[in-house]
Amino acid sequence: METDRLIKTLAAGLQPVHRLHSPATRALLWWTVVGALAGALIARYANMGVFMQRVSEPRVAVECIATALTAVTAVIAAFELSIPGRSSRWGWLPLPPFLLWLAASGLGCLRNGLSLYGADGFLGESRNCFVFITAVSVPLAAGLFWMLRRARPIAPLPVAALGALGVAATAAFLLQFFHPFDVTVIDLTLHLAAIGLMVLAGSGLRRALLASP
Amino acid sequence: MAAAQSGDRAAYERLLREVTPFVRALLRRHCNNHADVEEMLQETLLTVHRVRQTYDPRRPFSPWLAAIAARRGIDALRRRMRLARHEAPAGDFHETFVDSATNSDVEGIRSAEELRELLRRLPPRQRQALEVLKLQEMSLAEAAVASGQSIAALKVNAHRAMKALRALFARRGP
Repeated sequence: METDRLIKTLAAGLQPVHRLHSPATRALLWWTVVGALAGALIARYANMGVFMQRVSEPRVAVECIATALTAVTAVIAAFELSIPGRSSRWGWLPLPPFLLWLAASGLGCLRNGLSLYGADGFLGESRNCFVFITAVSVPLAAGLFWMLRRARPIAPLPVAALGALGVAATAAFLLQFFHPFDVTVIDLTLHLAAIGLMVLAGSGLRRALLASP
Repeated sequence: MAAAQSGDRAAYERLLREVTPFVRALLRRHCNNHADVEEMLQETLLTVHRVRQTYDPRRPFSPWLAAIAARRGIDALRRRMRLARHEAPAGDFHETFVDSATNSDVEGIRSAEELRELLRRLPPRQRQALEVLKLQEMSLAEAAVASGQSIAALKVNAHRAMKALRALFARRGP
C-alpha cells in the first residue's frame, strides 16, 4: 500500500527538529531588533524638535499611534497565521488601527481643505515619502520574511500580505520622524500607494519569499 | 508528536499510522474518490513532515493536523477545478502508425547522450521530476520524499518537462 510505504519512508528519514518559538515570542524578537535599528536611525537623523511639535497636536499623535499599532498587529498576525491551526480571525487584527490611521490622516486632509497641493507644489516632498516607505520596507521585509519562512506556512497568501503590511506600516511610522509638513491628499495617496505596492508585491512574490529555506 | 520532534522514529511512525484514519475521514469531506483521497492523504503526511517544527506540544494536536489536512484538501480541489477547465479526458488509442520510426521504443532519439543533452536544457526542478518519476520509476510519494517537491509540484513539473522536451525535439528536427 502506497501510503504505508510513505509512512515508513518518512519515519526512516526522520531527523530531530528545533521547535519554533511561539508566534508572540518571535514577533517580540522581531520588534526588539527593528526597535533598536529604528531607535538608532531616529537618534542619528531625525529632527526631534519638529517631531515633538507635530505630535503635540492630538490628531497627529493619534495618526502616529495608529500607524505603529497597524505595524505591530500586522506582524503579530503574520507570525500567528504562519502556524497551522491558528484562527483566521488573526488576519483582522490590524484592521481597527489601520482604519483609525486612515481616519486620522483623512481628518488632516480635511483640515487642509482637501488641498491637492503642499508647500512645494502638487507632488513636492510627497514623492520622497513614497521612496522612503518602499526603500525602508524592502530590507525590513527581507528580515521578516526570513523569519516567517522558517514556519513554511501552508497558506502563504495571508502571511505574505500581513507581513508586507507590517513592514510598510513600520516604514510609514518611521517616516513620521522625517516628515516636517502636514498631510495633504496627494501625500496620503502616495503613502497608501507605497503600502499597497508593498502588499501587492509581498502577496505576488509569496511563494518565492516564503519558500522553504 | 513531541517525541517525533526529538527524532523518535518509532513514535513518529506510530503517530502517522494512528492519525491516518482521522485524516482520511477529514479529506472525504472534500472528495469521495478513493484514489484522490489517498493522494490528498499523502500530501497531508508530507506536509506534516515538512512543518513538524511548528507544532507546539502545549497546544492540542488535532486542530494543528486538521488545519494541514483541510489546506491540502482545498489545494487539491482547486487544482482539480483548474485542470477540469483546461483539459478533457482522452480516449484510449490502441493504434500506431505503420512507419517503423513511430514504433521504436524511444521515438526519434538517436542516442542516450542526445537524451541527456536535452534533459540538461530543462529547468532543474522539471529535470528532477522527470528523473525521479520516469527514469528511476519511483512512485509519487517516494519521489516527493526523494526530491523535496510536493506531489502536486512533481506532477506539474513532470508535465511541463514533457511539454518542454517535446518542444526541444520539434526544434531539433528529424
